Formats: sequence, structure tokens, C-alpha cells
Amino acid sequence: MSDLVITGARILGEAAADVLVRDGEIAQVSEQPGAIEIPVDAEVIDADGLALLPGFVDLHTHLREPGREDTETVASGSAAAAAGGFTAVLAMANTNPVTDTGEAAVHILELGRRAGLVEVQPVGAVTKGLRGEELAELGLMARSKAGVRVFSDDGRCIGDARVMRRALEYIRGFGGVISQHSQEPHLADGSACCHEGELSGRLGLPGWPSPAESSIIARDAMLAQHTGSRVHVAHVSTAEGVEVIRWAKARGIALTAEVTPHHLALDVSRVTGYDPTFKVNPPLRPQEDIMALREALADGTIDAVATDHAPHARHDKEHAFVDAAFGMLGLETAFSVVHDVMVRSGRMSLADLSTRMSSAPARIAGLTGHGRSVEVGAPANLVLVDTAAQVVVDKNASHSLSRNNPWHGSTFTGAVHTTVLRGRLTARDGRALVPEPAVGGGWAAEAQP
Amino acid sequence: MARHLLSAADLTRDEVLEILRTAASMHDVQRREVKKLPALRGRTVINLFFEDSTRTRSSFEIAGKWMSADTINITGKGSSASKGESLRDTVLTITAMAVDALVIRHSASGACHQVAEWVDASVINAGDGTHEHPTQALLDAYTMTQRLGDLEGRRVVIVGDLTHSRVFRSNLLLLKTLGADVTVVAPPTLMPSGAGPWSRQDGFALEQDLDDALFGGPPPDVVMMLRVQRERMSGGYFPTAREYTVGYGLTRPRLDRLRAANDDVLVMHPGPMNRGLEISAEAADSLNSVILDQVSAGVAVRMAVLYHLLVGTDGGSIEEGSA
Repeated sequence: MSDLVITGARILGEAAADVLVRDGEIAQVSEQPGAIEIPVDAEVIDADGLALLPGFVDLHTHLREPGREDTETVASGSAAAAAGGFTAVLAMANTNPVTDTGEAAVHILELGRRAGLVEVQPVGAVTKGLRGEELAELGLMARSKAGVRVFSDDGRCIGDARVMRRALEYIRGFGGVISQHSQEPHLADGSACCHEGELSGRLGLPGWPSPAESSIIARDAMLAQHTGSRVHVAHVSTAEGVEVIRWAKARGIALTAEVTPHHLALDVSRVTGYDPTFKVNPPLRPQEDIMALREALADGTIDAVATDHAPHARHDKEHAFVDAAFGMLGLETAFSVVHDVMVRSGRMSLADLSTRMSSAPARIAGLTGHGRSVEVGAPANLVLVDTAAQVVVDKNASHSLSRNNPWHGSTFTGAVHTTVLRGRLTARDGRALVPEPAVGGGWAAEAQP
Repeated sequence: MARHLLSAADLTRDEVLEILRTAASMHDVQRREVKKLPALRGRTVINLFFEDSTRTRSSFEIAGKWMSADTINITGKGSSASKGESLRDTVLTITAMAVDALVIRHSASGACHQVAEWVDASVINAGDGTHEHPTQALLDAYTMTQRLGDLEGRRVVIVGDLTHSRVFRSNLLLLKTLGADVTVVAPPTLMPSGAGPWSRQDGFALEQDLDDALFGGPPPDVVMMLRVQRERMSGGYFPTAREYTVGYGLTRPRLDRLRAANDDVLVMHPGPMNRGLEISAEAADSLNSVILDQVSAGVAVRMAVLYHLLVGTDGGSIEEGSA
């Protein structure tokens, strides 16, 4: 691999510097223009006007392989991730078959390495078949080559408090964390598909009430405290959920949380026309919740942004609203949305965005090679962003195999320019670069115990 | 008038009054020996019912036939999702046969709105989940105006399972358009979510106590009782049928008290009734009951709706047809 030199990039949006990348690592950083001697065969990126950040890490991605390769594969999802500036994604376990064994986890890891565009770290199921009853092979997944540390039955809530308690106790020994889809199953059953409130009343849609989320977060916080184990709140969507997280953190409970770009930007009024593109779980919420989420992300109560990228075939969305599949795409648009909503609006700095999209999620997932400061010796997992560029989202230009994109036609300020994975370019001008076949290199090994 | 009838809110006051006027002349046709009108000759109307229905489907079918449309019924139980075909594919398959109007009933709220986005035909909502049933609201308005004239300022009390009632939602919207003064009554568990802000926004009154609603102010002109499904008890919405009847049923003593205050009060019910649960036999069979008039109005109102959507107001005389 030839050397890479990035010139004139503002690191975390601040001082401009030149960066030399060699053998997949950052070899030199200099704020002195021209101080780095450019090797003859080096690839040079003129990053004047661009900001350089550690590559993004997504705690919550659905890649659909194995089982629904018509909607996404590890390769197509990896391309979407690279185009979105990600260098690592956590692949959720609700595939078919479910990732609930060490072998299944290693399979995902290897598919990711073969695709070679982003580090694909498997999430293990907490319970066998996501049924919420018996523990999956948590220890074998942790000991496998995939080194699974994040476990989740995402899509379903672990409603049985005893199962949740046992799982938390069990994973404590190897430093695992449970990412919980907080949805009290009696308060919000499988038909619940619209935030419970005036609009669900008017539209006659089954309501998904806020306490179905906050009551599980509160329960899990107490279980985390009791077991001394770690809980991560997936896609928090309500103001009262945020309030419980804030309270738990103030008590010193080991609880972290993520929010999706869509819950930061799209409100419940989008479902007025019954367009299933906007059907997502948890559902889109009213403006008051959106404002509370933005505030909590800015002040760090919410640790991370995660996409919940959920590809679906057109024919699984074109049902009546209550029958249609839950979920929307998110990998390619995450930075633009978060930058526009949080940074351009003045709620937080680009450095804060970088923390929420890189270092915090990397820390939560135990991915030591990602989310590192741009400094000598760090793995060169990087993203260059153009904070002034205008992006008009075109769902048909996506690398994803699916088109359930809620942002189609929207304009945002802020675009991913170039993504670098272990010193190699994986995306340029917002398009993924398809790698040479049989990529090796051992760049995906950080998560191993 | 718009191409579709998806919601009672789609209609302006003038359009509602025009449909009701047309319905009145259609009602006269029903009393003739030969009931057929040529107005929709050559038009194809498909009744696409994804959910069981006897009265609504048959009244749409008769309405289409008396207007000389070619009317076809297609019924399919369960959601298309369970059969592996998307709703879009199902309706595109049907409308590929050059259909002028699709009358749709579906167990899912919003299904008709979605279909209207996909097809060229006129879509008429014949009941979508727990959302709306606009032709029911029109026939209820027809029944009321036949007895009361203008509904402006008239007091209408709607009682029952509001959460799950599409009849309630469409009536609320249409009665607002017609200027009626609406009070809705339900046990707290069957009050739709967000009813508080909704009622303030749209200007109707909420009551949890039926006696307060009926006797706490000026006497009502109309009391509309909604069907309560016995399955709701197992959902924990209320403890027993007996308790529901005591709290929310139109019992004989309540009927007597109502009549003492307003001898001409109208008792309505969209059917099918649970006699002895939400409505007593005495109330259902009293002289105040217009429940059978509602059924009888169904065909005339649906003829009027088909006519206005497919022919419009400039299509010439109804008797002569449009062709």
C-alpha cells in the first residue's frame, strides 16, 4: 500500500495540518505547511477547506445478510457505510438465521472483511432466536474470533426482567454491554406504529406511548446498578426517556445511550399521509421530544448518534401502514443530517459531533482502533468532510440495495468527502470505492480479546 | 369536487349539502317501481372489501346497480401482507382492468389514502380500520337533516367506544363542517389518545359521564350510540358488560328522562346493535329511533356519492345520465 498524504485539512474543524499515513497508521502530523516530505509514490489529497475527523462508528446497523440479501448485503451495506464516512459498523443480530452463536458471528465478521470497505463488527443476540427466553451463546460469541462485546435483541425488547438480569450478570465477566430496544411489550405491542398522542387518535393508528420506552430504561438502569453491568439504550426517542437516562447517569449507573438522525430531525407529523417510508420503531415523535433529544445530544446525556439503518424491499413497505415493515435507511445521510441539525444550528461544535459519531460509539463498543484522535500512531481510520457543501438527497443514488429513504429530496449542509480505512481510501466524493478482491491486512482485529 | 372520498373532511359544507340534496332525489327514485337510472352507464365500480361487511357492501352494490354502473364485488379476508402480496400489487392488479371507482374497506387505518396515491380510479373509503367511514357520516347527516333541517347549532351527543370507532371520527368531522355542537362521551379507556388537545383544536366537548352529557345542559337533539365490541372487555378497557351499561348505555330510564326534556330527540346507531349493552330494546324500538332510516338512507347517499365523484355537477341531469 502506498503512502497517503492529506494536506491542509482542519483537524476536528480547527487548525489546518498535513497528515502522512503509512502502513495503515498515522505516521506524521504537522501544522507547518510543507513540513512533511511527500513520498514520490504517495497519494495526495488536497484537503484545503475540508475538516478531518476520525472515521464514524455506527452502533446500530441492519445489514440483512444472511437472510434478506435482496434488501442489503454486508457488501452493499458496507459501501453505504463507507460513503457515509463510517469506518466501523455494528451489524445487528436480527438476521436469518439470527447471530446467536460464535459461528454466526464469525461469518458476519468474515463477510465484512471480504467486502473490505468498513470494519463490520457483529452484534450478538442476547437470547436464542431473539425470543427473549433463553440466553444465546454469549460467552462463545465473546470468545470467538469476532470477539463480540455488544449484545442486542434489537427489534424486540427483552421484556422479561429476569432474563435481562441474568444476561447482564452473565456478560459482566467479559465486559459486554446489552443494547436494549426499550419497548415495554404490553404498553406497546407489535401493532403499535404511531407515537401515542393527538395524531394517533385522529389517524386511528395503534399508539406507541412514551412510557413504554421510559419505563424499560428505568427498569434497566436499576438492573444495571444491581448487577454492576452495562446497559446501552438503543435509539432513545422520547423526552421522558432522556430524563431517566440523565437521572441514571447522575447516580453513576453504567448506562449509555444513542439517538438516530431521524429522531433528531423528523417529527410525527410525517405519518399524516400514512406513508410507510416514515414508519419506524420507535416511532417519530412530536417536536417537544425532538428538542429534548437535541439538547441531550449536545450536553452529552446521549452519548452517541447511531443510524438504525434498516433497509427494506419496496414490497415490504407497500402495505397498509400498520402492516408495512418498520425502518428507514440512514448510513449515507447520517453526517449530513446531524451536521445540519446540530452543528450548523450552533447546538454543538464539529468536535462534539466527532465525539458522538466516533469516539463515544467506539468506546461503547470496545473498538479500540476507531474513534482515536488524529495523532501519530493511531490507525488511519479517518473521514474528510466538507462542512459547507450542500447535499440534495437522491434515494436512487444510494449504494444500499433498498430505497426506503425518508430524506429523498431534502437538502442539507455538510457532506462526506473522503473515507479512509486503515490508510486505504474507501470512499471519495461521497461514493464508495469498490476494493480489489480478497482484501486481507488484519485491519479488523482490534475487537479481539 | 375532489376525485376521491377518503375522509369526511374532504368535503366542503356546500359539497355536503349538494350530496345530501342529490341523496334526497335518489331516495325518491327508490320508491319508484323501476329504480334504474342511466347516470353511470358504462362505468365500472369495484367494491374491494378486505374486511367483512354486509350492509355497507350491499348498499354500495345496490347504489351502483341502480345507477346502471357495472358493479363487481371482490372480497379478501385478512391483510394482503399475510398472503405475501403487497397492497399496492393487489390494487394495481385490479385497476389494470380499467376501473372507474374503487370502493374500499380495509382493516388498516389509512389503507384507502395509500391506495389513492397509487391508482387513477376514484377511491371511496368504505371504512378504513379505526380511522374513517365517510359515507356512514353522510348517511347519518342525511338522516338528521331529514328530521331536523339545518344542523347548525344542533346538539349531538356521540357515546361509546370512540378509540376504535371510524363512525365517530367521520361524524365528528362532518358535523363540524355542518356547524353542529358535538359532545363525545366514553369511558376514559375508550377515549382516543390526545382527545384533550384534539377537542380544543376542533371545538367539541369531551365528557366521561353520560348523565352529565345528556342532562347537564340544554337537551340534545341527537344521541348517537356506537357499537361496543364485547372483545374490548378482554382487552381490559372496561370490567363487565353490566358495568358498561350502567355507565354508558342508553337505558330505558335514560331514554325516559331524555324524552321528558326533548320529546323529539333522535336516537341513532350505525349498527349492528348489541341490544341490552349499549342500547336498550326500548330505545332501539322507540318512536325516537331513526336506526332503520339510517339504513334506508345508505343506498341513496352512496348513489349520490358515486354520482358526484364519477359524473360531477356539470354532467347534466341525473335522470338523463352523462353519456
